[in-house]
Amino acid sequence: MSKLFRAFLRHPSGRIGLAIISLYLLAAILGTLGLTPHNPLKLFAIDRLKPPSATYWFGTDLLGRDTFSRLMVGIKQSMIIAFSSVALATLFGTVIGLLAAWWGTLWDGILMRIMDVLLAFPAILLALLIIAIVGPGTSTSVAAIAVVYTPIFARVVRGPALSLKQRDFVDAARTFGSSQPYILSRHLLLNLVAPLAVQVTLALAWALLTEAGLSFLGLGTQPPTPSLGLMLAESKNLMTQAPWLMIFPALTIMLGILGFNLTGDALRDILDPRMERREA
Amino acid sequence: MNYVAQRLLTFPLILLGVSVLVFVSIRLVPGDAITAMLGTEAGLLTPAQRAALAAYFGIDQPIWSQYLRWLSGLFQGDLGISSIYGRPVFSVILERFPLTLQLALMSMVIALGVGVPLGVFAATRNEKPSDLVVRILAMLGQSTPSFVIGVLIIYVLSVFFGVVPAMGTFTPLFVDPLASISQLIFPAITLGFAFAASVTRISRSAMLDVLSDDYIRTARSKGASQRSVVWRHALPNALIPVVTLSGVEFGYLLGGAVIVEQIFALPGLGRLVLDAITQRDYALVQGTVLFIAFNFLVVNLLVDLAYVALDPRIRIGGR
Repeated sequence: MSKLFRAFLRHPSGRIGLAIISLYLLAAILGTLGLTPHNPLKLFAIDRLKPPSATYWFGTDLLGRDTFSRLMVGIKQSMIIAFSSVALATLFGTVIGLLAAWWGTLWDGILMRIMDVLLAFPAILLALLIIAIVGPGTSTSVAAIAVVYTPIFARVVRGPALSLKQRDFVDAARTFGSSQPYILSRHLLLNLVAPLAVQVTLALAWALLTEAGLSFLGLGTQPPTPSLGLMLAESKNLMTQAPWLMIFPALTIMLGILGFNLTGDALRDILDPRMERREA
Repeated sequence: MNYVAQRLLTFPLILLGVSVLVFVSIRLVPGDAITAMLGTEAGLLTPAQRAALAAYFGIDQPIWSQYLRWLSGLFQGDLGISSIYGRPVFSVILERFPLTLQLALMSMVIALGVGVPLGVFAATRNEKPSDLVVRILAMLGQSTPSFVIGVLIIYVLSVFFGVVPAMGTFTPLFVDPLASISQLIFPAITLGFAFAASVTRISRSAMLDVLSDDYIRTARSKGASQRSVVWRHALPNALIPVVTLSGVEFGYLLGGAVIVEQIFALPGLGRLVLDAITQRDYALVQGTVLFIAFNFLVVNLLVDLAYVALDPRIRIGGR
C-alpha cells in the first residue's frame, strides 16, 4: 500500500489530483464544523453584492451572503452526495456483477440485461425520471446518481470476474472446500480492487458534475442550503454587475472535477501495467 | 453465438425492458395527470367531467391494460396524446427533433474538427512541451461541465462584445440555413467543448499506439514521408476508438442536451422531456423517453457494427 502511495506521489497528475481532493475535503470538513469565515446563511443587507475584498474574499451575493463561506458549504454538500452515491453504486454494482459472473448462464443473462436496460437511458434522463418520481432533494440526488452508475460498476466487475472464475486458484479453492462467499470475497473481489479503484475515482468526478448539473437545473440540492450548481445558476442574471458570483462557483466546480479526473488517470496508469503513461 | 446476431437479438428485448421501466416509473410519480394538466382549475371539474377526461386519455383503465394498449399503439406509430399540447405525442417529438439533431451534428463536427487534429499533433510530438500543453488543455476541457462553459460564453459575449446570443428561437435548416446555424453555434460550442477534449485524448493515445506498430516501421523504412505515415498509414487505424467514442457521444446528444437547451432557451428534445416531467404529461414523458432510448440504442448498435466492420478481429473471435 505504501509502495502504491509512493508511486502515486511520483505521478505528476496523481500529486496534483491528490492535492486538490485534500483541499476540497478540508473545505468540506471545515464547512461541516461551521468553521467558515462568515455565516453562509446569514443575510447582511448592507453588504449586498460587494466585490471581493479582505473581509469578503470572494465577494457577497444579492442577499449579502459571503460567497467563500457558501462555497465551502457547497463543497461539503457536493462531496457528501458524490461519495455516498458512488459508494452505493459500487456496492450494488459489484454485488450484481460478481453474482452474474459467478452464477453464470441464466442469472448472468437476466442480471446483465437489466443493467443493459438501465444503460439504454442517457444518464441525465434516468436521473430526471427518478427525481420526477421522488421529488428533488439531497437523498434523491444520491439515489439518482447511484442508479445511473450501478450498471457501469456491474459491467466493470463482471468481465474480469468471469475470467478470474476460470483461473486455477479458484478451482483449487473450491477443491479445498472453501465456501462460496469466501471465494467470492477473497479470491474474486480482492483481485478486482484495481479496476474498481480507477472506476470509483472517475465515477466521483462524474458524480460531482452531475450533482452540480442537477442543482443548476434546480432539481438537486434545495435552497437555502448552498450548492455549487445553484450558486452558478443564480449568478446568471447578475453576471455583468457581479461576475465574482459566477467565476468562483464555476472555478470551484471545475477544479473539483479536475482533481478526481487527475487522480483517476494516475491510478489507471499505476494500476494497469498494460497502459503506458500516455494519457495526460 | 455470432456477436452481431447476438446484438440484434437482444436489441428488441432491451427496448421492451425500457418501455416497461418508463411506463411503470412515470406512474409512480405522485399526483394525478388531470390535476397536473389543469392546475387549480381541476377543482372546478364535476366528477363526470373528470371521468370523461380520464377515459379520453385512457388513464381510467387498469395499469397492465394501459401498458398493452400503449405497446400496441407503438407498432402503429401512435404514442398517445400529449396532455400539455393536446396533440399526438409523435408529432410533438418530430417538431422538436430537428433542433436536437442539428445541434448534435454541429457539436460533433466541432469536436472532431478540433479534437482529431489536436490529438494527432500531440501524438507526433510525444512528451514535448507542445504535447504537454495539449494534454493539459484536454484534461481541463474534460473537467469543465457544459453548463459552466455555457454560462461563461454568455458572460464573455455580453460583457466583451455587448451581444446576447439568440435565445428561444430556432429557424429550421431548410428555411434559412445561415440563420439556423448561427442560432445554434454557441450551444454547439458549449456541447462540443468537453466532447472535443475527450476526442483529443482518445485520438492522441490511439495514434501513439498505432505509431509504435510494426507496419508503421515498415512504412517508414520504405521511405514514406512523416506526413504520409501519420495521415495515410496510421490515422485510419487510430480512428477506430474515435469512431466508437463519437458514436456513443452522438447517441447521448440525440437525447437532447437538457442543461444546454435550458441555458440557451432552445426548444429541443431535452427541454421537452424536462417540461413533460415537471408537468406530469404521462404520454409525452413515455413517448419522448422511449424515442430517446430507441435512438440511443440504435446508434450504439450501429457503432458496434461499424466497429466489427473496422476491426475484423471481433468478427471472427467474438467478444
